[in-house]
Amino acid sequence: MAKSYEIRLSGSGGQGLILAGIILARAAVIEKRRVTQTQSYGPESRGGYSRADVIISDDEIYFPEATNFNCLLALTQEACDVYLYDLRDTGILIIDTTFVKNLALAAENTYELPFTDIAQEKLGSPITTNILSLAFMVQITGIVKPESLKQSIAESVKPAFVELNHKAMELGFELAKNYKK
Amino acid sequence: MANIPQRIIHEYLRHDKKFPHVWCAGCSNGIVLGAIIRAIASLNLDRDDIVMVSGIGCSSRMPVYVDFNTLHTLHGRSIAYATGVKLHKPNLKVIVITGDGDCTAIGGNHLIHAARRNIDLKVILINNNIYGMTGGQCSPTTPHEAIATTAPYGNIEPDFNVCNLAIGAGASFVARTTAFHVLEMQGIMKDALEHPGFSLIEVVSACPVIFGRLNKKGGAPQMMKDFRDNSIPLAAVDKLPPEKVEGKIIRGILRREIRPEYCAQYASLVERVKVKEADNG
Amino acid sequence: MLKKNTKKAEPKKTTKPKATKNETKLDELQSTRERKNVLMQGNEAVAYGALDAGVNFFAGYPITPSTEVAEILSAELPKRGGVFVQMEDEIASICAITGASLAGAKSLTATSGPGFSLMQEGIGFAKITETPCVVVNVQRMGPSTGMPTSPAQGDIMQAKWGSHGDSPSIVLYPDSVKESYELTIRAVNLAEKYRTCVILLLDEVIGHMREAVRLPDMANVRVINRIKPTVPPHWYKHYDENQKYLSPLASYGEGYRFHVTGLTHDSHGFPTNKSSEASEMMERLRKKIDYNIRDLVQIESHQMEDAKIAIFTAGITARAAKAAIAMARAEGIKVGLLRPLTIWPFPDDAVRKMLRNVETVIVPELNQGQLIHEIQRLTKDKSDGNLIPIQRVNGQLITPNDILRKIKEVS
Ligand SMILES: Cc1ncc(C[n+]2csc(CCOP(=O)(O)OP(=O)(O)O)c2C)c(N)n1
Ligand code: SF4
Ligand SMILES: [Mg+2]
Repeated sequence: MAKSYEIRLSGSGGQGLILAGIILARAAVIEKRRVTQTQSYGPESRGGYSRADVIISDDEIYFPEATNFNCLLALTQEACDVYLYDLRDTGILIIDTTFVKNLALAAENTYELPFTDIAQEKLGSPITTNILSLAFMVQITGIVKPESLKQSIAESVKPAFVELNHKAMELGFELAKNYKK
Repeated sequence: MANIPQRIIHEYLRHDKKFPHVWCAGCSNGIVLGAIIRAIASLNLDRDDIVMVSGIGCSSRMPVYVDFNTLHTLHGRSIAYATGVKLHKPNLKVIVITGDGDCTAIGGNHLIHAARRNIDLKVILINNNIYGMTGGQCSPTTPHEAIATTAPYGNIEPDFNVCNLAIGAGASFVARTTAFHVLEMQGIMKDALEHPGFSLIEVVSACPVIFGRLNKKGGAPQMMKDFRDNSIPLAAVDKLPPEKVEGKIIRGILRREIRPEYCAQYASLVERVKVKEADNG
Repeated sequence: MLKKNTKKAEPKKTTKPKATKNETKLDELQSTRERKNVLMQGNEAVAYGALDAGVNFFAGYPITPSTEVAEILSAELPKRGGVFVQMEDEIASICAITGASLAGAKSLTATSGPGFSLMQEGIGFAKITETPCVVVNVQRMGPSTGMPTSPAQGDIMQAKWGSHGDSPSIVLYPDSVKESYELTIRAVNLAEKYRTCVILLLDEVIGHMREAVRLPDMANVRVINRIKPTVPPHWYKHYDENQKYLSPLASYGEGYRFHVTGLTHDSHGFPTNKSSEASEMMERLRKKIDYNIRDLVQIESHQMEDAKIAIFTAGITARAAKAAIAMARAEGIKVGLLRPLTIWPFPDDAVRKMLRNVETVIVPELNQGQLIHEIQRLTKDKSDGNLIPIQRVNGQLITPNDILRKIKEVS
């Protein structure tokens, strides 16, 4: 089987998950890998559910939605409850404990951090939670290189926000490197 | 202008296969057609540059008879089609022929938005107060208490003042005349053709065969006399006591102002964007 | 002055030899974009496909999930001197692009279910008047407002029969971002060539999906322009008869002064009540498609050589099928896919031929059964038990596992 990696970023509308998905997908394009990015969200742009899927592969990607995740990022309790069951046995679960308080299943590789609280505390606003947690995920999984993510962020957000998002990214990398299970 | 010979009209008609026309004897549609052609002739407009667009209705059958670029579209949609023609080729003079039902019922939305944009279309609304083509149903301009085949006990709805509607929506040239006042009509059309912006001309018209019969109007000549006797020019309104104005058809140019025309606005937007692009390398 | 006015005008632009060439390669200048490998959304690919095909007029009304097409063209068309206009509704949009096309523009609009329904009368008008234009319908879950951000394949039949009266349709259906670009260009080309309203159906997921694509250099993009008349105006027939039913098309303002009507018309475009002329016109609309079917039909055959089971489906559901096929083949099951890129006219001959040696056909679709009726019609030799539907209309995709399960059931 070809090397194919399925990621789901999940939470609620307004948390910037689709942008995070686009940034991750663009990082894969920078590395000349094959990639698809899809999303599903409610009709409202705030609140409601929201998820972004990214599949990165060296081979042609047929079905573009993640069905059996190698990695799941859950920023809300609701998203975690719904999607946990589709995580592979060996898959990596990353949860934001600011909002996710209990796990329906025990996942083998679980990483828990209060991403939203950290963003608020260290970066002054929860707005960068998406990049913070994405960077954490990239560092843990190694799915793309940190430099690719950095470049992708620069290409994907408005110039005025590049610096802030790079800061969030660096913090995410740090948190992952220092994470103790 | 008044002494342009009758044969001018014939020179602008399509002679092969398009006649006899579909209009009833006594119908005002032909009078309006004559006035449009004389206005065009008096301005020496090149017929290749004229596009006549219409919707569906008796009035909307007009384009097929004239030797211009002609487009007979869907019920209510003439202004939307005309918008496409005009935006792609702003150098063309685009004239819209429409009925009261076509323009203010099913097509009302297009009317108000074209007026708001102030796109340079010449909309000639032939208001016969009825759905002529489909046999006499109520229209938004059927007078209160008038009879229509779908208002057999009298129309309980109030009617639109079409010109006020157009003014409210932002039309920059709005005028009203009647089928009786042919020379006035011709003059207004000429003015409208020269006006750079959305123009609406309401021509109060006679449908003697349907509206006339249903409402006992006494035939085409009588309806014409009524237009003569029941209308007053705008200039006279201020001089008359209110009771003499009440219920009368006010004729004349009700609104004429110059404000930015849509195609011109679009052209300047394109210039602006191109300059910006060039600056960006 | 009056004399000048009344004489028969000479054609103006039409006599230039360049305008009569119907295939041109736009030069690189027209597109300033670098053709790098980039992450691109399906709707974005549609917008760039339209630009590369030479579309210079867009009229539309915002609706999820098609809005990105309008947003991109509102930024890009003015740069190229083209027109973008946001109309008051979708009815006005289809009318405006048809009017613009008659004035010589290459025009396109994009919408979704509710707007597509509103456009149907105008689509019929473009067809009967043989006016080139393209309608992109990024399908969403319906009926009515339905689920605006969820996928469905419910408009397959509407794309064929949506407008009243008989009128053959050309409808294309991509399954990837790259193909959305390619089929947009093809839709514009076919509209110009066959003088009709061509419909491009996208799935919501395709419209919003991002994939890595590298668009071809403009030198490799094949662009077809309508044939312009070369005859003097008094010889011009707006619906000229010829063998392939491909006739020249004049534009307003070029001296031809032709008439266009939605009424049944003769070959000059003037209304007629004669039954002989009426049936001539209707035959013309039909034959235009029938006689050119080989140019119109496109179908992908995937691992069908030795297949005992065939999957027939289009768009996003075909991607699920391909994934399922890979899994099934890994277990030694002989299964393949037939995927129409042109769904209307339906590829009858190709499908019949390719399904001849197959025992079972599975038809997965995100609706309550539309494509399956076409397969039923073409596989009368097979028993009903060998035609297997998979249908879903809850806003979720049919997944590879759903299809794999069915494959295993029937193998
Ligand atoms: C969508 C649609 N609805 C209804 C009709 C039927 N119809 C044809 S003409 C007409 C009314 C025409 O009235 P008006 O616009 O006042 O024109 P008139 O015949 O009075 O000149 C109607 C309702 C139609 N052709 N299309
Ligand atoms: S029905 Fe009325 S409007 Fe129609 S042609 Fe006859 S008189 Fe004119
Ligand atoms: Mg009327």
